[in-house]
Amino acid sequence: MMTPGARPAPGPLALGAVLVVALVLPLLLKNFVVFQLTLVMIYSIAILGLNLLTGFNGQFSLGHSAFYAIGAYTAAILMDRWDVAYYWTLPVAGLACFGFGFLFGLPALRLEGIYLALATFALALATPQILKSSPLEPFTGGVQGIVILKPDPPPGLPLNADQWLYYFTLAVLLVLFAGARNLVRGRTGRAMLAIREHPVAARLMGINTALYKSLTFGVSALYTGIAGALGAIAVQFVAPDSFTFLLSVSLLVGLVVGGVGSIAGSVVGGLFILFVPNIAEQVSKGLAGAVYGLILLLVIYLMPSGAAGFARLLWSRVVRRTHAPTVTEGRIP
Amino acid sequence: MELLLHQILAGLATGGIYACMALAVVMIYQAIGNFNFAQGEMATFSTFIAWQLLQWGVPFWLAFLGAAVAAFLGGIAIERVLFKPLHRAPPLSHLVAFIALFAILNSLAGFIWDFNLKTFPSPFGSRPLLGSGLISTHDAGMIGLTVLLLALLYAFFRYTRVGLAMRAAAAHPVSARLVGIRVGWMMALGWGMAAAIGAVAGMMIAPVVFLEPNMMLGILLYGFAGAVVGGLTSPGGAVAGGFAVGVIENLAGTFIPFIGRELKLTIALVLIVGVLMVRPSGLFGRPVVSRV
Repeated sequence: MMTPGARPAPGPLALGAVLVVALVLPLLLKNFVVFQLTLVMIYSIAILGLNLLTGFNGQFSLGHSAFYAIGAYTAAILMDRWDVAYYWTLPVAGLACFGFGFLFGLPALRLEGIYLALATFALALATPQILKSSPLEPFTGGVQGIVILKPDPPPGLPLNADQWLYYFTLAVLLVLFAGARNLVRGRTGRAMLAIREHPVAARLMGINTALYKSLTFGVSALYTGIAGALGAIAVQFVAPDSFTFLLSVSLLVGLVVGGVGSIAGSVVGGLFILFVPNIAEQVSKGLAGAVYGLILLLVIYLMPSGAAGFARLLWSRVVRRTHAPTVTEGRIP
Repeated sequence: MELLLHQILAGLATGGIYACMALAVVMIYQAIGNFNFAQGEMATFSTFIAWQLLQWGVPFWLAFLGAAVAAFLGGIAIERVLFKPLHRAPPLSHLVAFIALFAILNSLAGFIWDFNLKTFPSPFGSRPLLGSGLISTHDAGMIGLTVLLLALLYAFFRYTRVGLAMRAAAAHPVSARLVGIRVGWMMALGWGMAAAIGAVAGMMIAPVVFLEPNMMLGILLYGFAGAVVGGLTSPGGAVAGGFAVGVIENLAGTFIPFIGRELKLTIALVLIVGVLMVRPSGLFGRPVVSRV
């Protein structure tokens, strides 16, 4: 009799296959597609940040466009004003967002569920206005935004700028995903999960809920901020209107479609929010929004727990069929 | 002094619109436990229906009624078709369904009636009321209509069987079911009424801000702010909150120099976060007590 724990996991094998494909792809595809895939990875990182907060800690946020914007503007201002190398902007953007997220998380501790969603919603709506406002204009460039240059590949590598940025982003993505996995599996992660499942009980067990909640907010903002910095470098341009509430909505959609609480699902979410709007536009130009909405509804109905939940369901079917034919003798999961 | 009075009255006029949106938000929140982010788009769509009826030569108040009825039926249909199947889904799925609804309605409105600004007539005209220069007839009419609508709603929830049943269904679904109230249909009714209230708000604000598919986006945020300031568990509080937000927004925009026009939305942000800091359940709401 097989116990659920003994089922073969799809993890390492699938991960290896995906990695090989990811390494080979940019050599075969057109530059524009490579650029799009880079954006997919950037969105995946941002969605992962949101996932740490929502999926693993149970706090809602509609304001992650603000953290993305802070990351992007940090990178752009550093590169534009002080000629900082692009790779140094990532840690700076991450730390800035961590600080901001932690500070925003402190008062947000008092808010639960829908109230937190609303406070962050307001943050998302206010961000473009604050970026445009006159006191900040010398730094942010106001409505015009900031144009930055695409980094050159290191000399000696047979790659063009798009391919180099792709590999650079892939490396960052792998580091951040591994970091998230370790975080979630360790002591901190267990505390985060306990708070998600039952805040009061977690507190009774001696978990410092206030600290862990703000910390999670900070880490989540850090991920999204790094994604924002990468996004600014890839798009070579930041402007207030790229960071509206719609970006937060996209990230949230990616989170739900990919699977709440699934690290790998974040990549599916990234793919969805980059490509599905384009597909919708191809179906009908005038009604792109409506087609997108319909696709979204369809996904919610068919996969209520996202792509990750759907994959788990399929996998458990496959495994049951090939590895556990004796299931009929009693235990129906 | 006259400027102050003028600004307060103008604030009350827009506050009435926010109060309606706040009330609509609270009604759906009571039914489904989530914010309806598509509330503004539903209102805009209904306003477009009214505009279309007016273009066809229907008299104003008939078009007004027609749009409100259409919104009511549309709200019921949305609840029955879209949200009933998702009843047991996690809250995040609801949120995404609202986002989908938002995208669909916004895109449809733009497709049918395009994105150009349209003027929407006011039934009250826009002359100064009684020649005093303090308030225009449209502003006065807006306040009057809002107060009338709220009074009717109050009476409905207080004195009619259906109103009482709706309150029971929202307050305690299981018990309500046991005394024979059809909880599902009460929810649908709540959706319909929220949609109709939103439609009235849309038709009242359209003469001021011009009609276009994204008309209600900012207004909805003020509605949320009003709902939160007043408390999500208290319809009366939400209405008071809506009026308060309207007045505060107007006064701050006039008397605090650096806020002006560009940071007006930020006021809503500060209000929301500020009130939530001090009173997490709003000024008039009850604290939520959960069992461990």
